[in-house]
This record gives sequence, structure tokens and C-alpha cells, in this order.
Amino acid sequence: MTAVKFYQVGSRAVGNRLLDPAHRTRQADPQRRNALNSGHRACQGCGEALAARYVLDTAVDATGGRLVTVNATGCLEVFSTPYPESSWQIPWLHSLFANAASVASGVVAALRATGRPDVRVLAQGGDGGTVDIGFACLSGMFERNDDVLYVCYDNGGYMNTGVQRSGATPPAARTATTEAVGTEPGNPFGVGKDAARIAMAHDIPYVATATVAELHDLEAKVRTAMSIRGARYLHVLVPCPLGWGTGTAETVKLARLAQLSALFPVYEARHGTVSSVLPIREQVPVEEYLRPQKRFAHLFAGDGRPDVIAKLQEIADRNVARYGLLSEEH
Amino acid sequence: MDKPFAITLDVRTSLANHTGTWRTERPVYVDGVPPCSHACPAGEQVQQWLYQAEDGGYESAWRRLVEDNPFPAVMGRICYHPCESACNRGQLDSAVGINSVERFLGDQAIAEGWTLPEPAASTGKRVLVVGAGPCGLSAAYHLRRLGHAVEIRDAGEQAGGMMRHGIPTFRLPRDVLDLEIARLLDLGVTLRLNTRVDDLQQAMCEGAFDAALLAMGAPLSKRAYIPAGQSARILDALAVLGDVAEGARPQLGRTVIVYGGGNTAMDVARTARRLGADEAIVVYRRTQEQMPADASELEEAIAEGVRLHWLRTITQVTGTKLTVEKMRLDDEGRPHPTGEFEELTGDAVVLALGQDVDREVLQTLPGLVVEDGVVEVGPDLMTSVPGVFAGGDLAPSTRSATVAIGHGKNAAHSIDAWLRNRSVERVVAEPVDEEPVGYERLNTWYFSDAPHAVRPRLELARRTADFTEVVGGLDEQTALYEARRCLSCGNCFGCDNCYGVCPDNAVKKLGDGANSYEIDYDYCKGCGLCVSECPAGAIVLVPEDK
Amino acid sequence: MREQLEGSRAVAETIGRCRVQVVPAYPITPQTHIVEAVGAMAKDGTLPGCEFITVESEFAAMSAAIGAAAAGARTYTATASQGLLYMAEALFNASGLGMPIVMTVANRAIGAPINIWNDHSDAMSQRDCGWIQLYAESNQAAADLHVVAFRLAEALNVPAMVCMDGFLLTHAFEPIEVPDAALVDRFLPHRRPQQQLDPDDPVTIGAMVGPEAFAEVRYLAHSQLRRAEEVHAGLAAEWTSLTGRDVAALAPYRLEGADTVVVALGSVTGTLQDVLDERADGTGLLNLRLYRPFPNAAVREALAGARRVIVVERAFAPGAGGVVSADVQCALAGTDVEVSTVVAGLGGRPVTTAALHGMLDAAAAGYLPRFDFLDLDRPLVERELAHLRGGAS
Repeated sequence: MTAVKFYQVGSRAVGNRLLDPAHRTRQADPQRRNALNSGHRACQGCGEALAARYVLDTAVDATGGRLVTVNATGCLEVFSTPYPESSWQIPWLHSLFANAASVASGVVAALRATGRPDVRVLAQGGDGGTVDIGFACLSGMFERNDDVLYVCYDNGGYMNTGVQRSGATPPAARTATTEAVGTEPGNPFGVGKDAARIAMAHDIPYVATATVAELHDLEAKVRTAMSIRGARYLHVLVPCPLGWGTGTAETVKLARLAQLSALFPVYEARHGTVSSVLPIREQVPVEEYLRPQKRFAHLFAGDGRPDVIAKLQEIADRNVARYGLLSEEH
Repeated sequence: MDKPFAITLDVRTSLANHTGTWRTERPVYVDGVPPCSHACPAGEQVQQWLYQAEDGGYESAWRRLVEDNPFPAVMGRICYHPCESACNRGQLDSAVGINSVERFLGDQAIAEGWTLPEPAASTGKRVLVVGAGPCGLSAAYHLRRLGHAVEIRDAGEQAGGMMRHGIPTFRLPRDVLDLEIARLLDLGVTLRLNTRVDDLQQAMCEGAFDAALLAMGAPLSKRAYIPAGQSARILDALAVLGDVAEGARPQLGRTVIVYGGGNTAMDVARTARRLGADEAIVVYRRTQEQMPADASELEEAIAEGVRLHWLRTITQVTGTKLTVEKMRLDDEGRPHPTGEFEELTGDAVVLALGQDVDREVLQTLPGLVVEDGVVEVGPDLMTSVPGVFAGGDLAPSTRSATVAIGHGKNAAHSIDAWLRNRSVERVVAEPVDEEPVGYERLNTWYFSDAPHAVRPRLELARRTADFTEVVGGLDEQTALYEARRCLSCGNCFGCDNCYGVCPDNAVKKLGDGANSYEIDYDYCKGCGLCVSECPAGAIVLVPEDK
Repeated sequence: MREQLEGSRAVAETIGRCRVQVVPAYPITPQTHIVEAVGAMAKDGTLPGCEFITVESEFAAMSAAIGAAAAGARTYTATASQGLLYMAEALFNASGLGMPIVMTVANRAIGAPINIWNDHSDAMSQRDCGWIQLYAESNQAAADLHVVAFRLAEALNVPAMVCMDGFLLTHAFEPIEVPDAALVDRFLPHRRPQQQLDPDDPVTIGAMVGPEAFAEVRYLAHSQLRRAEEVHAGLAAEWTSLTGRDVAALAPYRLEGADTVVVALGSVTGTLQDVLDERADGTGLLNLRLYRPFPNAAVREALAGARRVIVVERAFAPGAGGVVSADVQCALAGTDVEVSTVVAGLGGRPVTTAALHGMLDAAAAGYLPRFDFLDLDRPLVERELAHLRGGAS
């Protein structure tokens, strides 16, 4: 059969019978690890549950199964390990809320000291556990260049405890501690941390952002990360239907819109410099991303808040400029 | 490992928690009706044979296609492809070139010598088919495959009907037509040419036929009264096309006026150009938007230099002078004379005003009801006479070869059911939902940008020089590419999205390819992500019945 | 072989001989000399195969230790005072997960006000975190107790902290016999983890446990900690047979027939021994080396014959009273023994023999208060109290 350039869905869908299995995602493989298996108690349509399986299945594959995971307290940990049920199929350790990165550093040291340097370590946590309470430990791990891949599943809030604001909550978003009331409804502007850029500032070998909507991209980044020794950071946007007020079936679509609107730039960086971006296929105005989310409903109710939306659009435009998200040149 | 109580848990323990109990609705895989299949008058399962073609399984694709339609090489040239008009991809970038892929498959079959499927065991029943046009031949094909003995009788010297006599060779080369007819006849269909059936009832009795299909078409040209002097040369489009089909090259003159706005008008205008006319002018009483000719035919005609006069009727022909009256449309789009006249010059006027059935022979069958110029039939295509069926241009229909082929198939199944004394059941599996799958049900994000491939065409200058086929076929690479542009509306094509996108790992993958997934309802929470992210809209949510 | 060594140095060398594999280290006065020495040994190969990690806080240190222990390594760290508090959450986590980490606590006061000198308020504040607590009265005992602690912790999968008085012990130079390598290897085998992170045998460590099972888990933890008393006794006996040195849970001095017994932990027991030798008046001393689990039965038996017990504590429970004395009172419940609490040596205040004599004289004369502070500047506190109460001068 002659080689054909174009496919219907080759580059985007999870798999495709027409594609060489080597070009399909790991998720398409009936032998995928299912590191996070069925029976967990995540909400319907949970982006974090999906992303965790995506990341870990790839990491397990990339390391030939020689992987252990350290998990911070949070939604992922709580819904996956309520005694007596665990949905993890891989070695897994949960200690505290703030210390996944430090615990992982200790695991790495122990693996070396006990003669198992081939076993790799992946630490993971939500945005709260990573950018707020876990930040010191994260920074310490980066600074030492410990051989840990830290994955942050960012749904923009402390969802497990009832949707409270974190340092990753986007501006104007409603949370239980930044209610949509008063003259400045929702989360204030001008606050919050860009964890990926801070990671880049540590000059660690690899930093990347990704979303649960672009599976090929996410898997490639996990593989790249696992091919590197040293501190690595992966920041994955994962919509939370409950916290965002979106339909359970819309999780992937919302993540896609976040990237297309440029509010969530997707890129890779090596030793502090951006090395590639995922170009925006067709840019959408931020409004298209915000409108389906009840946590932004106050921007559209009544006369709405076009001024706030405009400020969010400015942020998106800045991202486009800063990362070259519309350029084909990368 | 010695695990401390409750602190440390074993793997697989969560499988005890059947989260399927959370559901209020459940996803189910469906086989939706794609708009292409829905629109195909021949009832082809277009999406299904495109699916076969996509991985290079051209023979499988061809076999799927000929389940419904034995004439892909012909159709790939002359069908007006309502499938492409309905194709959802048209709303994304441009319709899939279904017609060009069908032609490719048809041409491959000819090149590779693939044969049609063997007929079933003989049923002992005999069916008479009157007319060897697309309807009759299609019906014969299906009846023969069902195991019945079939005899076609046609008044002409060769089989093919309008495919041979009405469609010029620059659209449909004769060798292609001959080959596909011969292949069909090789199944054991008896063909008696030069055999006009003058008395239907007698023919049926004498031949001990158990059922009959009337498929004589509408071979008579409609007439219009145009005052004309003796020197006026007024011809009939069907006659011209028929003569040319038999190899004649009538000299029509330098300027030929064609009166009419249908496909026949286009065909004869283009034929006129090839017969040496410098000018072929089509005069039509309404407008371009209203003309019945297919848009592609009009386009080809214009490309070949055919000119068009809209909103004109011919009121008189004297020698080479024609008087035409300008028309205007009222609010309902009906043309009315304006009283303004123009003059045209034409060496010949060819009338292409429509076709009629031959009522005379129909009258030989007592009890046969003919209304509005066509034979009246039920939804099963049976006429008012039990055991006698009718289809094609003879029955009420939008007149095209494709429709006729569809009638042939439907009639064959109706006849088969009638012969077996049971109600008509479709042989093709009925899909779950009948409404064709609309564009909004697809998730088109997953489809790559892939514009439509254009078929090669003869250079403009060469076209009117002779009767060489104008439109070429796609090469394999391009045909494959085109097939792969199919969005597979409403039908799984094995992209693995559902398998990948379930946060609860509740979709099982059983193999490679379409329809190889299963929902594990023990764990499915009914979130609907699989439904949203299925590019083809092949999964729907239905309420959970407790 | 006995050498003149700084206490911290002796501990560090002992740790080296215990073949620790992972040491996360964060500095805080007065433990720094320990981790610095261990770090140097790891770096120069004296302690081969040891991963020494300079972490960014004590919380990170204990967290890394948890990770290391969970991955099967023998793990050690050291801290004091504020540092111990900063890792408090992790202490409970370590014991809850069953991680046999050994840690030196160079006892130091807790601020505010900030104070870098010795008392027991740090370790006492964490007495219920589920760790074994051992108190060393001398640098020799400290060295010996660390070896025992590793074996004890790994046998039970309960973490253990060895407390030694900051500055008073850690920075004191004295003749110490660091247990030699062969001896330690005989006494302390390689760690065989009960559970660990292993790709060949995956498990989920650290599940969430709800009301239906939490009480049982905690009961089991309590039972396991109680077992430490008996296991320690066996190990102490073994250690004595190997070295001739005593590391038993209780170390009595002049206890036989004593009318008044002083109970104390740590280096103050050395001063107390000198005082009792001077008095020779039937006052005895009970040095407690094992504080958690609290050896109830053994303490009751040791003190049963006394009329009066004075618990000399280097910490107290503000608004309540004594800390160790509360445990002692519990152990003596139902007996007629009078128990007094004397809080001494807070924030590094020297505990003088004169003050101790004064305390014992007062006790003998019957006017030692039930709860007293040794050596308090009474005029000063009276003045300040007047300020606080009156408001007007």
C-alpha cells in the first residue's frame, strides 16, 4: 500500500486502525497499564482522573514498568484510595499535602542507595498542593535537581475541600473563598503564581505545560521527561466539572478551549528557555471558553462584565505574544 | 509483603466498587444513518464501503458496494452524486469525493477482473424483466443473486437503456458500460435483445413467469407545438443522442439551438459541439437556479463553450431563424411571456423537453393503472396487477439512472418477498435511528485539514474535439486520500477515542477497527465524555432504565 | 576504644557505623555538628553508599526520610526545637505509616521567645506523635542508644527519636567509646523492610481510612508502641552483654530502700547523682531512658517503696503542671506515694548542685511545693505579675 500523507484523524484522535500502532497514543493500546483503574470515586467526567491515567500509563511504558509514584493529599489521592479500595495498579505512596516533592526526593535517594537506580520516581499533586502549600518542597526539589518528574494537575482550586481559591485560580473565577459578589466578583486580578514559569526560573532540565485535551502532546511530553535525569516539571490543565460548573461530558472540550483561547499556553522549556509551543490551531476569543463555565457566569449575567472579559482577553493576548502561540515557526 | 492493616492496600481492590450504579444515563454505540447512504437513491451503504477502502481493501470495498449497486464504474461517471450534496464534510471543508472513489473502485474491479458474488441456490421461480436499462439490469442482478431465474427482454440491439442511448460517450465510455453489463449477465441472467414485448399479459403466461418487472423507461420525447416552416430543421434530443450512440455522426450545422433545461439538454448541447457546431446555445424558459440539469453538467457545458439563454421560449422557427420570446418570473417563480421578442439563428433546433413512457404497451396489461403519465405503484413497487412490479422512469420518480438502479434493487426484494409469500423485509440491516446523522452530532475537531481532491480533466481545448471521456479517474493515492476524508457519520471507525477518553477505564477495546469496543456498565458513570469526543457521533446517551 | 570527642562527633561516627543509607539534613542549633559530620563522612567515603540530601526545611527533611524509608532504605536525620515542631505533621505521618526512621533530637527550648539553649520542651511537645522516645544521660549513652534505636525501630516499624541535651551533651568534649564497626554489624543487621515501594510488587501505601476502621488502626499503633518496652528490654540486655554498658529503660541509683526518689531524664541525672552522693541520706534517683512508650509497670514497681517522689523536669505543661510527673502520677495511681514536680533548667538555665540540695532540703523539711520552679527569680516575677494584674503601678 502506498504511503499516504493525509489521515482523517491520525494526528489528533487517541488511535486509529489506519495508523501504525507506533504512532498511536499509549491510550490506544489494549495492553495499556491502566495505572489508575476503574472503581475510583472521582466525579463523573473528572479531568484529573483522566490525566492521571494518561500521564502514568505513558510514564510506566517509558520506564519499562520501573516506576514508583508519590501523591500529595487532594482529590486524586482521596478518590483513589478510600480503605479498603485502591484503584492504583502501580507502586504508590501518599504522605501529606505539602510534601510530595520532598518525599519523592527521599525515594530517589533511597533507590540509589539500595542499588535500584533504574527505578524512576514521579510525584504528583493538585494545584493547591503544588503551588501553595507544597511550593517550598517543590522549589527545594528543583534547586537540588533531584531526579523527579513532578506533575501538577491544575484545576484551579482546592476542589476536594469544596472549591476554594488557590494560587492557581484564574482571575475573576468564582470559588467558595472568592465569591462572585461585590464590585470585584470572583478571584482578584494581579495575584496568583505561574508555576511553570517559576519552574523555568530554576533552570531545571525540563518544564512543560499540557492539557487533557491534547493526548499526543501530553504523552510525548511525559516520554521526553522520562528520558531526562534531573528535576522535571509538567503542569497539566484538567477541568473539574464540579468546581468549574461545566457539563460532565465537556471536560475535554473545555481543556481544548483553554488552549485555543491562549489563556492556557502549552509549551516546553529546557533549562529555562522555551523550546517549543503547541500552536493554536484556530484561536477563539476568551469568551467562548468562559461562557460554558458557571464559575464565570457572573461575567455574563445581566449586563455582564465586558470590562473583566476584556482584561482576560488581554492576558490571553499577552500569552500569544510571549510564547508565539500563533506562529508556525516553532 | 507484610502490609499494615488499612494503611497499605493491595492493587485491584477498587474493582469491588461498581461505580456503574451512579449512572442516570448510559452511552450506547449506534449504527447511525450517514447522510450519504440516506441520500443514495440506489441505497448504497456508502460509509461502509468507504470504510473498507480506507485501509486499501479495495476489493472488500467494491464487494460491499456491489451488494447494493452492480454498476460502480458507470455510476462513478454519470451519477449526480446526491451523496456528495448531503455529505457532512461539505460543512467542514468540502464534501468527500464519494463519486470519484466509487469510480476508482469500479475501474479497479474491471482492471483486476473481480467477479460479482455467486447466486444463491435456485428457487425454481422465474421472473420476467421488461427493459434492459439501469432499472431492469439492477433488478435482474438482485433477483439472480437471490436464486431466481431471470429473463430480460429489450427491444433494442444492445442492453443499457438510457445509459447507452441517452448518455454520451464522453461521459460514459462504452467499454466500461459493456463490461459492467456483461459481468452482471455472467451470473446467469438470460437476455433477449431485439425482443419487443407487445403484449405483457401474453408474455407472462407464455413464459411461465411467476412475476414481472416493467422497466421500459420513458423513451419517448415530449413534444411541444412550435410553429415551424418546412425548411426548419427540428430534431429530437433523444433521437440525436441515440444515433450518436449507435455510431452515427449527424451533421447538425454550425449553430445548434437546444431547447430545454435538463440533463439531456446539456448532453445534447455538448454532443452538438463535438459534432462540429461552433455554437451550441441552450434556450430555457426559466432561470439557472430553476433548471433541472445537475450543476456539474451545466458547469461542464459552460466550460465547453455552450451558451445559455435564460427566460426564453421559442415561438417560431423559419429556416434558420428562430423567434424567441422573453419571459419573466412571477412571485411564485412561474414564467410569463413579456411580449418582447428576439431573433436567433440556428442551423438546427434540438428539442430536449422531457420524456414520456410508451402508454401503448402498458395498455396490453389489463388492470394496470397509469396515472400522470407513469405507472402507479405501491411502496413495494408493485403495480395494481398482483405480481407485476414497475420501476425506473416508468414509475413515479426523480428520473436518473441512480434512482432507477435503486428501484431495481427494491423491486427485486419486493418480488422476492412476494414470491416467498412474506412481507417485505429489507435485506440490509436497519440502523437504530432513521434520521440521518447531522453535522452537529460530529466532533469535527479530530479531523485533519484535508481539502477535496479534484479529478483530472482533459484540457479544455481537447474536449470538444472528439468523444473522448472528459473527466478522468483518481489515481490510487488520491482515491485513498479521498476515501479517508470520510467523517464516518454515525458509525464507528475505530479511532479509539472512547477507549481513551473514559476517566473510569470503562470502555473495553476488543480488537482493531470499527465496532470493536464495549462499555463496561459495571463502572461506567455515564459522564458522556465518550459521546462528546466520538468524532463520528456513533455513541449516544440514553436514559438509564432502572 | 575511648577517645576524647565532642558528643555530636561521637553520635555522627556511630551513625556512620550503622550504615545509614539516606540522610536528609537541615541545620538548626545545636544539632548541626552531627549532620555536618555525617555529611562529610558520606562525601569522603567513610560512610559509603550514603545519600546525603541538604533539604530546604525540617519538614522537607522528615518528608524525604519518609520517602526514603518507604523505598526500603535505612534513614536518619537530626533536629531540635523549632525544627522538630516544623516537621510535626510529618512526625505523625511517619509513625502512622510505619516508617522506621531514627532521629536525634538535640533538645532545645521552644520559642517564643527564641532560645537556643537546652531544655526538653521540644521532644515533650511531641510525646504523643507515635514515636519511640529515648533519653540519653551522657554522650556514651547517646552513642549506644542510637545503635539500639535502629534495631528497635526496624523490628517494630515504629520510628524512634534519641534525645540528648543540646549543648550540654552535644557540644561537650569527653572520653567516649564509639561502638566499633564489627560490633555494630553484629548487633544491627541490614534492614529488611516489612513493606516498600517495589515495581515488582506494587502496593498502595497511605490510604484514606474512615470511621469504620480508624480506631482499629490507632489501637494497633498503640499496641505496637507498647511492645517497644519489651523489645527494648531484650535489646538492652543484648547490648550489655556485648559492651558491658547499660542502656536499659530504667537506670536506678541508690534506689534500694530510698525514702525519697528523684525521677529525671537526660544529663541532669548526672548532676543528681553527684548531689545524692554528697547527701547519702537515703534519697534515690530513677533515671528514665525510655519515655515513650512509658514503662508504667516498671516505674510503679521501682517507686513503690518510696514515700515521696520528686520529678525534676526540663519542661512543663503551661496552665497545667508537670509533664513527666503526670505520667509518673498515672503509674503510681492508687498508691500513697506523694509526687512533686520541680521544673528546672528551662532555656539552658544551669541546674546547680546547690539548687538541687536546696530542693531536697525543702522536701525533707516538708515545704517543697507540689509544683515548683527551681531557681526562679521570685522578686522579678512578683513585680511583673503585679504589673499584669494591677495595670496601675
